[in-house]
Amino acid sequence: MKLTPKSATLLVLAVLVALSPLFFPSGYYYRVGALIFVNGIAVTGIVILTGWAGQISLGHAGFAGIGAYACALAPAHWSLHPALAVVLGAAISALLAWLVGRPILRLRGYYLGVATLGFGILVSMVLNNERDLTRGPDGIEVPELGLRALLKGWGLDLSNGQFWYFFCGLCLIAGAWLALNLYNSPTGRALRALHGSEVAARTVGVDLARMKLQAFMISAVYASVSGSLLALQNKFITPDVAGFMHSIEMVTMAVLGGVGSVLGAIFGAGALTLLPQALTVFAEYEQMVLGLVMMLVMIFLREGLLPSILRKLRGRGE
Amino acid sequence: MTPTKAIIAGLFVLAGALPAVAEIRIGASVSATGPAGALGDPEAKTLEMLIEEVNGKGGINGETVTLVLYDDAGDPNKARTFATRLIEDDEVVAIIGGTTTGTSMSILAVAEDAGIPFISLAGAIDIIDPVKPYTFKTPHTDRMGCQKIFADMQARGFAKVAIIASTDGFGASMQAQCKLVAPEMGMEIVADETYDPKDSDMTAQLTKIRGTEGVQAIVNPGFGQSAAVLARNYRQLGMDIPFYASHGVASQGYIDLAGAEAVEGFRLPGTALLVAELLADGDVQKPAVTAYKAAFEGKFATPVSTFGGYAHDGFMILSDAIARATAAEPAAIRDAIEATTGLAGTTGVYTYSATDHLGLDLSAFRLLEIRGGAWTLAE
Repeated sequence: MKLTPKSATLLVLAVLVALSPLFFPSGYYYRVGALIFVNGIAVTGIVILTGWAGQISLGHAGFAGIGAYACALAPAHWSLHPALAVVLGAAISALLAWLVGRPILRLRGYYLGVATLGFGILVSMVLNNERDLTRGPDGIEVPELGLRALLKGWGLDLSNGQFWYFFCGLCLIAGAWLALNLYNSPTGRALRALHGSEVAARTVGVDLARMKLQAFMISAVYASVSGSLLALQNKFITPDVAGFMHSIEMVTMAVLGGVGSVLGAIFGAGALTLLPQALTVFAEYEQMVLGLVMMLVMIFLREGLLPSILRKLRGRGE
Repeated sequence: MTPTKAIIAGLFVLAGALPAVAEIRIGASVSATGPAGALGDPEAKTLEMLIEEVNGKGGINGETVTLVLYDDAGDPNKARTFATRLIEDDEVVAIIGGTTTGTSMSILAVAEDAGIPFISLAGAIDIIDPVKPYTFKTPHTDRMGCQKIFADMQARGFAKVAIIASTDGFGASMQAQCKLVAPEMGMEIVADETYDPKDSDMTAQLTKIRGTEGVQAIVNPGFGQSAAVLARNYRQLGMDIPFYASHGVASQGYIDLAGAEAVEGFRLPGTALLVAELLADGDVQKPAVTAYKAAFEGKFATPVSTFGGYAHDGFMILSDAIARATAAEPAAIRDAIEATTGLAGTTGVYTYSATDHLGLDLSAFRLLEIRGGAWTLAE
């Protein structure tokens, strides 16, 4: 039986999530793993928007911020369960993406980037300045999800780190599965067509504005869920989550790993989450090393790390 | 066997042959770089210096102390990861750090879960109110800063105050606290302005304050570069309403950035550290303050700052507690920290209790006035 690229990707992810803990020397690695998965979810959304539909967003941290603050504010103000708050955050993100996406997705190239950038900064400003609602730049507590206690009742006793590792891992696999299904669907093909040539896509009957808007909304939901998961596992969130640097980080992870491939982008998320942990000794040079890696990848491995490496390997095999 | 392998094998044999030396591992996560770098950098330097000093004197109870120090760059998410790493991977018995309120809140969540004592170096009152069993802190709260300022205003007969605050965490939090305590102290806030910490000009807000009827004094909750810009703007407008800066600017850097002429006559609550030479000989804080100042300035050739002082006090409280603790274990150390009584540091005299994990009172603040580019005691 030959594996389709879709099942191959999901299999690789599942094996990595399930088997990596065997090599963890301490509980700290569960935390790093969970962070990689959270970033992986956001980056999967970027793959849909940038890799497939060819649209650039520099404001996706704004959606992550909405997802994160939904988990902090909805339970506090309307005593909503945190799990429902995740859904609420995703719904608000999708709605906002629809609202702001309608006008700004008419823009192209740099203009689109700048407009989304503005959106991200707006969200960040609201979170910073509406002190009565968000408690401002010092941040706000996020309630416990409660799922871990529930699992404990069923006899599955996980440490906090382990729980979030496996929970985020499952969410990432689910997110990747949905994205890969989209890839082969009519919508996915339409998205790739408009990336290839907008004129050609329109000629064959693709509704450009609608398709772009859909991709923007879907990726906004991915970013929002990733923000929610981050907030719930940290149990404390500050407006930094919606900051400009976080938006850039998402795009960088995707581009580094390979923006056209879900697995590649997740690989990029892993690399950029691990790098600062590995470089703690040279913390001062972290930005420099990141910049250098990025430049080298852009020059020598244009498709991103993973796809380029795979291509090299395949080329050798033939 | 290749030479490299031989060397590695040799090292292992050597490591096995050495007697097992007991060591106490202390963790720290501070914001040595990033937006709070000006605060975190002296903290990191101070901790490294003090560890060397303690080990030079034979460690604590004869055991060597090792410091595992990470730079969280002011990012609460990173701070949480480093706190997890310190506890799970580095197996430290206590954590010092959390330069900003956000990073402190992240670290304390992890420390409380794991039952590891944590001494925070950030200002906000939320860190220790309500009291959490394992979390302590060394700096004054911003509420105390406001109280000290308003007390001096009362003494000078002012009642109508204008606030101009930066919108960053420090400024916004102190602004809220000042508004909270103002009515209690008989102060009326007649103007309330804000500015972005990245602004390069605040004359508009200052002009508005100048135009407000009856303003008797200005309070500026803010720190860093923007506070210095504000001071320059204030002088450019030729304003002469008495000006109170916050404890966030209590470092020589503020005077240098704004220019000595601009900040002439400004008052602010600060720690004894800034006026080490002016302290009376009998002052309980004098020995700690002069010793730290001499050591830090001797080693790094830069003036001490209040923030490095916070780290100094955190380390002093911790090493004192470890020395008294029944065992070098987290729970015993926590109990020993809580039992700290009358320990004089650079920031104040600490007395912790089960209901007070701040351990300072208003007497710890000195009201300073800038005269001729130098700090003087206003009281």
